Amino acid sequence: MAAVGRSHAVRWGVLNVAVVLYALFPVWWIIALSFKDPSTLTDGDYIPRQWTWENYRGIFQTSEFTRALINSIGIALISTTIAVVLGTMAAYAVARLRFPGKGLLIGMSLLIAMFPPISLVSPLFNIERILGIFDTWIGLIIPYMTFSLPLAIYTLSAFFREIPWDLEKAAKVDGATPAQAFRLVIAPLAAPGVFTTAILVFIFCWNDFLFAISLTSTNRARTVPAAIAFFTGSSQFEQPTGSIAAAAVVITVPIIIFVLFFQRRIVAGLTSGAVKG
Amino acid sequence: MAEIVLSGVTKRFPDGSLAVQGVDLDIADGEFVILVGPSGCGKSTTLNMIAGLEDITEGTLSIGDRVVNDLPPKDRDIAMVFQSYALYPHLSVRENMGFPLRLAKVDKATVNQKVEEAARVLDLSEFLDRRPAALSGGQRQRVAMGRAIVRDPKAFLMDEPLSNLDAKLRVQMRTQIARLQRRLGTTTVYVTHDQTEAMTLGDRVVVMRLGVVQQVGTPAQLYDLPRNLFVAGFIGSPAMNFLNATVEGSILHSALGDLPLDDRTRQALERQNAPREVIVGLRPEAFEDAALAHDAHGPVITATIDVLESLGSDVYVYFTQEGGPAQSAELEELATDSGLKDTGAGGVQQVVARLDAATRAREGQPLDMRVDMSKAHVFDPRTGTNLSHPENAG
Repeated sequence: MAAVGRSHAVRWGVLNVAVVLYALFPVWWIIALSFKDPSTLTDGDYIPRQWTWENYRGIFQTSEFTRALINSIGIALISTTIAVVLGTMAAYAVARLRFPGKGLLIGMSLLIAMFPPISLVSPLFNIERILGIFDTWIGLIIPYMTFSLPLAIYTLSAFFREIPWDLEKAAKVDGATPAQAFRLVIAPLAAPGVFTTAILVFIFCWNDFLFAISLTSTNRARTVPAAIAFFTGSSQFEQPTGSIAAAAVVITVPIIIFVLFFQRRIVAGLTSGAVKG
Repeated sequence: MAEIVLSGVTKRFPDGSLAVQGVDLDIADGEFVILVGPSGCGKSTTLNMIAGLEDITEGTLSIGDRVVNDLPPKDRDIAMVFQSYALYPHLSVRENMGFPLRLAKVDKATVNQKVEEAARVLDLSEFLDRRPAALSGGQRQRVAMGRAIVRDPKAFLMDEPLSNLDAKLRVQMRTQIARLQRRLGTTTVYVTHDQTEAMTLGDRVVVMRLGVVQQVGTPAQLYDLPRNLFVAGFIGSPAMNFLNATVEGSILHSALGDLPLDDRTRQALERQNAPREVIVGLRPEAFEDAALAHDAHGPVITATIDVLESLGSDVYVYFTQEGGPAQSAELEELATDSGLKDTGAGGVQQVVARLDAATRAREGQPLDMRVDMSKAHVFDPRTGTNLSHPENAG
């Protein structure tokens, strides 16, 4: 019996290690690359023989990368904030209210999420040029918001549906205005959902390459994924591999911080104990 | 504290269905009124309309001399206890109970004092800093009560507040609620589907069916003088026995045998042009073991006892009768609601009688029982009206 249990555990352990290695190997590779000295860059070793910060120093020396980093952070944060605020309100309406055209609204937002972004890039390019928002922050924030809102509405409406309606009725009877009921009762309970959605939306905006490369032309609004594509080596004979690796590692860090920071809030099963026993 | 007056209150849902039809009800200041009926009878909708959680389609509702049809719940100054308790899970017990006061912008010291006072009354003092998730069902129920009483509202509205508790706790909480209401003297409207709760708690009980008020009265009035078949069948446990019968002069021919009508009932039937085919209703206590009967009034019937249940103080005996069960829409609905239909006992006419514990009745043995005809009710099977009700009898 114990033997069976142990072999079972061993099998699972091996499988888990394999999966984790498979998932993390590329990450390690890029980290290793970013710490290699240009002369050993192509030696094929997975552990740098000569550890160096040279590549990191290099990318922060030019304004190309730092400017892109500021763009990325600004655009992703603003898009996430707007998408989550609008998404929260829309999801609340979808989950709670009965109004004409609700099915249509949900269908439309699903439709938007299903469009392949590549098919919209050319029209967006032209529209933004005509409107004069090409190569600006707002020019990226708008498409990011549009594509992340359906996701936000879906995730959040599922959370709202889980909140017992009685709580809201109770708040109203206790003397709350609809706004107070939302702010003091519903919003705190929906917080885990809001944070989950915020993370998903932020990651989507942060990682996007297609819109960033198509709707920008200069450092004004170019985000990091697009900027990396424009990296050049220190001379025309040198590949920018080291800089790209370093930049890739740098832009992974905010995501990890973001997830770690909000994870604790997501986990809490806040609604337990609201109703019944 | 205030009186609540409903006149012609009607609720029509957007799909056109009528949930509540023309309810007229005067609830006096400090009165404890129960709305009772099977599920879907409109009792909860009526309560929600009083609370302001549902719009009133027609009619007027006033609380304390003020028409409140168009006032949002927060301006009606009422407190509500929900079946699910609806405690705010992210707030402590103290914050939950203080929530209405906080919204009313009462200063902190007063809030604390009122919450602690309510907690003392409800025996919750040691739990004030816990979250609802850490409380038992009964404690949560008390927190919900506490949240209602801290504010000293004009009225309490309670929507099946005890139905999530286990049977024993329910009985305890029932007496506690009754005591609390007497002490505070606050007008209370209480919704339940449990007729026992309705009978024990209320000053007055409103029986509803299909959105229409069937009868309003004290528990005793509903029990002794039901206005129709539905009320007669709904109130009382075990339920009233209903038998098909044919009127012939002053005699009721029924499966139990011939039962003589008393003069008052006979005259009432004549005056109302009663149909020949009627349903006669006899409560279990209308029967008496003939051997133990104190007076010799009333007809004696003989039946073979199927089942005997001894409760110590009383004995219930069950026997079946030929002739099939009495039929009417109301009885049909009651059978569905009580689950009787699912037990398969709907096919034969079962009669239950409550006898004195001294009875010598035995299962499988015939027994002579005397029927007290002054306690008999005669119903019109088509309309369900109680033809022997004093108001109809004159």
